[in-house]
Amino acid sequence: MLVVENVDVRLGGREVLRDVSFTVHEGELTGLIGSNGAGKTTLFRVVLGLTRPDSGHAVVRGDDRPRTSPLVGYVPQKIELDPDLPLRARDLVALGLDGHRFGFALPSSARRHAVEEALDGVDARRFADARVGTLSGGEQQRVMIAYALVSHPRLLLLDEPLANLDLRSEQEVVELLARVAREQRIAVLISAHEMNPLLPVMDRVVYLAGGRAASGTTAEVVRPDVLSRLYGHHVDVLHVHGRVIVVAGPTLGSDEALRAEQADAATSTKA
Amino acid sequence: MADFVSLVFAPGFFESGPVASAVVAGGVVAAVSAVVGVFTVMRGQSFAGHALSDMGTTGGSGAFLVGVSPLWGFVTVSVVAVAAMELIGIRRPRGRDVATGIVFGAALGLAALFLYWDTTVRNASGAAMTILFGSLFTVSSSTVPIVVVLAAASLALVLVLFRPLLLASTSSDLASARGVPVRLVGIGYLLAMALAVSLSAYTIGAILSTALLVGPAATAARLTKSPLSAMLCATALGVVAVLAGIVLAYDSYGWPPVGHGWPVSFFVVTLIFVFYVLAGIPRRWRSGHTGTDLSTTDAPRRAHLVHGLVGKR
Repeated sequence: MLVVENVDVRLGGREVLRDVSFTVHEGELTGLIGSNGAGKTTLFRVVLGLTRPDSGHAVVRGDDRPRTSPLVGYVPQKIELDPDLPLRARDLVALGLDGHRFGFALPSSARRHAVEEALDGVDARRFADARVGTLSGGEQQRVMIAYALVSHPRLLLLDEPLANLDLRSEQEVVELLARVAREQRIAVLISAHEMNPLLPVMDRVVYLAGGRAASGTTAEVVRPDVLSRLYGHHVDVLHVHGRVIVVAGPTLGSDEALRAEQADAATSTKA
Repeated sequence: MADFVSLVFAPGFFESGPVASAVVAGGVVAAVSAVVGVFTVMRGQSFAGHALSDMGTTGGSGAFLVGVSPLWGFVTVSVVAVAAMELIGIRRPRGRDVATGIVFGAALGLAALFLYWDTTVRNASGAAMTILFGSLFTVSSSTVPIVVVLAAASLALVLVLFRPLLLASTSSDLASARGVPVRLVGIGYLLAMALAVSLSAYTIGAILSTALLVGPAATAARLTKSPLSAMLCATALGVVAVLAGIVLAYDSYGWPPVGHGWPVSFFVVTLIFVFYVLAGIPRRWRSGHTGTDLSTTDAPRRAHLVHGLVGKR
């Protein structure tokens, strides 16, 4: 569905992404994990065609049917909605349908139906008529997902959708996204700086560090050898009650340990 | 019934030519300002609206000096001002704010010179009053068609931009991700606003035009939940304020000091203010109620969350 191949991006002389390659499949939820400044948003901008990579490319493949709606649904990071905006949740979702087109949309039953369907898909019918700015963070995130899904994209990109959510909303949003990916056969790519909330539902992971990426299943990627190679120094991966914690290793200067791990990693990737 | 009509509408109201022009021009301008104003409120651009109309003063007073309708002066200067505001300091909001303030000050300096010449050289002693505070009754019947055409142009621009403008006003990030040319849409909207502001500066005065732009829209934003209903509500409020203002001003010829009517603009702006304050009352009352509603519906959810956390420990 989404194929990213050998993408290099330099911004202001700084290399933000280096030789990044991965694939996101239909019906799967993929987590794009990396700390702040790892290049997650830049990577999204490349996929959206808003940033041109210095080399490599990102291709979104659609199905063969001719389509008028966009292939990619996108929810940016930290959308701040003023509670005083005279805009209901359903008005915002309707903008997801054709908000980029000029002119005025006359109300029609087809539009209303599409909006209702999208709102139902994220369990947002209950607060559909409330001002979107007055909703809680979790409710707003649902509305934003409905906004992105209403045009029936094949790929859904969400930039840090779990930031600023309380634990319960975080869990609800994660479950919702996994369900959307499965039921609507959409490729979902979520960025997050914390991978734990995504662990139970994530089909694949793309781990970004130092401008480089490693991708595969969690078991393949979240390993000391792979991540140490990515970070360029030794890191440990700790498992605590089903959660994963990545920490810098104690021997930052130990090049020998790192080389041993890289050799390890090389053999294990070949195998 | 006839008594009531004659009590509200002073004799001669329906036969008066200036009243007819004022009603048509005032009504049309109020409607367009209200629709444009909803976006001004959503985008938080009332300062830009105010700056545009105040800069228009320079054009209005200059037009008086050369003997053309102040309307042309308002339109020309505010459209040029939009271009100037776009050219300076677009990148940084703070720089833009300062640049607007400086250009704005320089324009008002010019206006002071023009108004002085209007009164001294051209002996138009009422110029300052007319430009700054407007005079709906001096709208000549020949300018009414021009007012209607310019109003239609402003409205058409907003309707063409409607969806991308609404998306960009909600969140420029969402809009640019959808490929909306956010900056271009913003400039287009500023042009529509420049036209609306010029028209209201011409009718109720440069200083008061922001009231007609922002007042009904802000009131409507308090009372309604969707953009469309906000626009309809704002239009109704703006038109009612202007028409009622015309009626009251006409009546005021019989009020002390007898024989000198009170300015229309005073009534219009006062009514807009009263509407805004009144709209705030049910809201405060309502918000008290929804506050308790929310906490009660959320209570089980919150309790559940707390229990969940406690349970895990």
